[in-house]
Amino acid sequence: MNYYSNNPALKFQLSHPLMQKIVTLREQNFNEKDLFDFAPKDFEDAIDNYERVMEIVGEIAAEIIAPNAEGVDKEGPQVINNRVIYARGTQENHDALTQAGLYGMSLPRAYGGLNFPLTPYVMSGEIVSRADAGFANIWGLQDCAETIAEFADEETKKEFLPRVCEGATCSMDLTEPDAGSDLQAVQLKATYNEHDGVWYLNGVKRFITNGDAQIKLVLARSEEGSADARGLSYFVADNNFDHTIKVRRIENKLGIKGSPTCELVFTNTPARLVGSRRMGLIKYVMSLMNGARLGVGAQSVGVSQAAYDEALAYARDRRQFGKAIIEFPAVYEMLSMIKAKLEATRALLYETARFVDIYKAYEAIESTRKLTPEERADYKEYQKLADAFTPILKMFASEYANQNAYDSIQVHGGSGFMKDYACERIYRDARILTIYEGTSQLQTVAAIRHVTTGNYLKQIRYYQEQPISPEFNSFKKRLDSMITLYENAVNRVVDSKNPEYIDFQARRVVEMAGHIIMCYLLLIDATRDSMFSKSAEIYLKFAEVEVRKHATYIKHFEVDQIDKYRMV
Amino acid sequence: MSFNIVVLAKQVPDTRNVGKDAMKADGTVNRAALPAIYNPEDLNALEQALRLKSKIGDATVQVLTMGPARAAEIIRESMYRGADGGFLLSGREFAGSDTLATSYALAAAIRRIGKVDLIISGRQAIDGDTAQVGPQVAEKLGLPQITYAEEILDLSNGTITVRRRLERGVEVVKGPLPMVVTVNGSAAPCRPRHAKLTLKYKNAMSVSEQQASSTDYTDTYHTFTIPEWGVADIEHEAQWLGLSGSPTKVKQIESVVFTAKESKQLTAADTDIEELIKELIANHTIG
Repeated sequence: MNYYSNNPALKFQLSHPLMQKIVTLREQNFNEKDLFDFAPKDFEDAIDNYERVMEIVGEIAAEIIAPNAEGVDKEGPQVINNRVIYARGTQENHDALTQAGLYGMSLPRAYGGLNFPLTPYVMSGEIVSRADAGFANIWGLQDCAETIAEFADEETKKEFLPRVCEGATCSMDLTEPDAGSDLQAVQLKATYNEHDGVWYLNGVKRFITNGDAQIKLVLARSEEGSADARGLSYFVADNNFDHTIKVRRIENKLGIKGSPTCELVFTNTPARLVGSRRMGLIKYVMSLMNGARLGVGAQSVGVSQAAYDEALAYARDRRQFGKAIIEFPAVYEMLSMIKAKLEATRALLYETARFVDIYKAYEAIESTRKLTPEERADYKEYQKLADAFTPILKMFASEYANQNAYDSIQVHGGSGFMKDYACERIYRDARILTIYEGTSQLQTVAAIRHVTTGNYLKQIRYYQEQPISPEFNSFKKRLDSMITLYENAVNRVVDSKNPEYIDFQARRVVEMAGHIIMCYLLLIDATRDSMFSKSAEIYLKFAEVEVRKHATYIKHFEVDQIDKYRMV
Repeated sequence: MSFNIVVLAKQVPDTRNVGKDAMKADGTVNRAALPAIYNPEDLNALEQALRLKSKIGDATVQVLTMGPARAAEIIRESMYRGADGGFLLSGREFAGSDTLATSYALAAAIRRIGKVDLIISGRQAIDGDTAQVGPQVAEKLGLPQITYAEEILDLSNGTITVRRRLERGVEVVKGPLPMVVTVNGSAAPCRPRHAKLTLKYKNAMSVSEQQASSTDYTDTYHTFTIPEWGVADIEHEAQWLGLSGSPTKVKQIESVVFTAKESKQLTAADTDIEELIKELIANHTIG
């Protein structure tokens, strides 16, 4: 089995028209074809390369990672002598991906990477998550290398990036016992030693995924006496396993059990500053977080796919009342809704990945030469779109992954509640998705300004102009009235000029925007390929009601009524 | 001087997941309905060769395969995993070969390759299940052989140490080089394709594949030509090749279809259970 080639929706995403622009920007006239024997010579060659590598990922995911998932979930990692020992299957997965030379896929070739755009890299995250969402964290933490590539000096890049490509594991050490969602409260101390010119880290980190990794990015307080974000800097530490970094314990979690979540004690750990002092949280962590949110989006879509696979197989196989249960409307409706939500969020995932790809490519070009005014405008435009789409992607994909996992168990009936079927693990694994890398509530906070500034509406207007197959003409009219409802709701909320009221209604208006965007993306995809027609129609029917629901709620909700909800 | 390893590999129809149309009405395998794959135990053999290469350092791994033009895929798949290259033995004259004619042709091709220190192949192919080709190649080349190998443990001073997997246990044996080793399916699975090697060698083609392709190769980057040998490239006597060199004749093929399964009533008595265990051991269901 192969999780890439058995899913034509993935190849479809690699053939999106924007890929031409992405590859052109990323490969800069394909000038590396003469330097590296694995670099592409033109656009077609590049896409062919992505497909071939996705096939390797798909094979490892289906043949190694997926069969290991159950054992990894049962066995889990353990701490021995302050070190994390992975479950046997986790180590096997990691070794296979390392042997296949897949780590560092999106890093520049000069540092050992494949220089792939983010779109195929994000796809690899979806594929790995479909096999095992917990393992996807260990795979996805190579995002840390992305941050090093972007912000660190040449010496640091040369030291760390090739190691990532050779399979060195990474972790991002941000949260502490009293600094979770509020990272400004980080206390771990970084002290500069004038004598040897080295920074030393002291303190405690908590809830650190893959905390015993070899390469660690650490957010620490470098400015003595400071109390807010401006006193935080970003460091890279090499875990030499010399007991300057100790794993005190690992958490016993509901799901993603194969992914070790560590409490760490740093004692005079030598570290290197990444980028400029005081910019740790403000610039670098924000960039890392946006990457990580895209990663959780991919992880969520992978989980939705797994939930769908399990539900579909069971519903075809299980017979009651003399026929397969998939023939009953109550069951096939559930299955088609899982599929519609899966395909809607997948469309959103790759649209977001493409926006991020384009602005990141401009960013990389800007470090070598000055951008032209047109390029600069384009860069800013895509950066804005990436900022706007990342939080709605993270929110919708993770919420739908949970709904889909829930429905997958429901399709299984009583059997789904037993440990015998994979759907119970998928259900537990899904639960963290709406929480880590910023809860759904915090995604709303990040998204709401794109509602109030009209960024979503502008992009919705752009989609409205796109050619749509005539068979969907009636959908276009229905979408027009959904847009009117959205505009009215936004106006009502914004016109209140009451920040608390705006916060209160934020989730609803953000969701309205998200539903409309996903409807358009599915219609555009269905116009390119009819395999999405069913999901486009099913999702539109669902979204229409959701949009009306929120519109009605907001329409009948007076500003002073929030008093009734206040608990203190 | 470099240590030269030759891996014998075969492209086979995937008989592991057969569907309804796997057999033709006349009882022969419907090759069109089954995907062509790398014979599984040959992949185990390739892994042993690649491990040996990285252990020795100054070593080469070449893959020799006999088959139609499309069997060049076996060489590519090997190169994606770390093999240095290979040879495709192809031509009408080889068609219809049984194990004897196959080993004759392979042995001739190995002589043509020149200095070979170690020949590794899978124990058997999943289409014929004979396990004869490896041993026959050894005989024809006058080389010693170790069969059912599970792991090559050591190689030093011209001696190879191998752990064999036998029916009732394992044994460790030593032998002098050059040598033929056939590898059992219980050996370590083959490593996955490597991303960079896959991109580097994706355009590797045999001459006949290049001729059949519409691409203009004068303008292609990173090309690699897979050597393709015909009957004229090996020293041979025509009577030992292909059909004429194949004494094996298929007399009859029977399609065995499982019908109703028998059921048997057992009491909880120890004697009944003992009888069942004896029966299961006797028919090789267990043990």
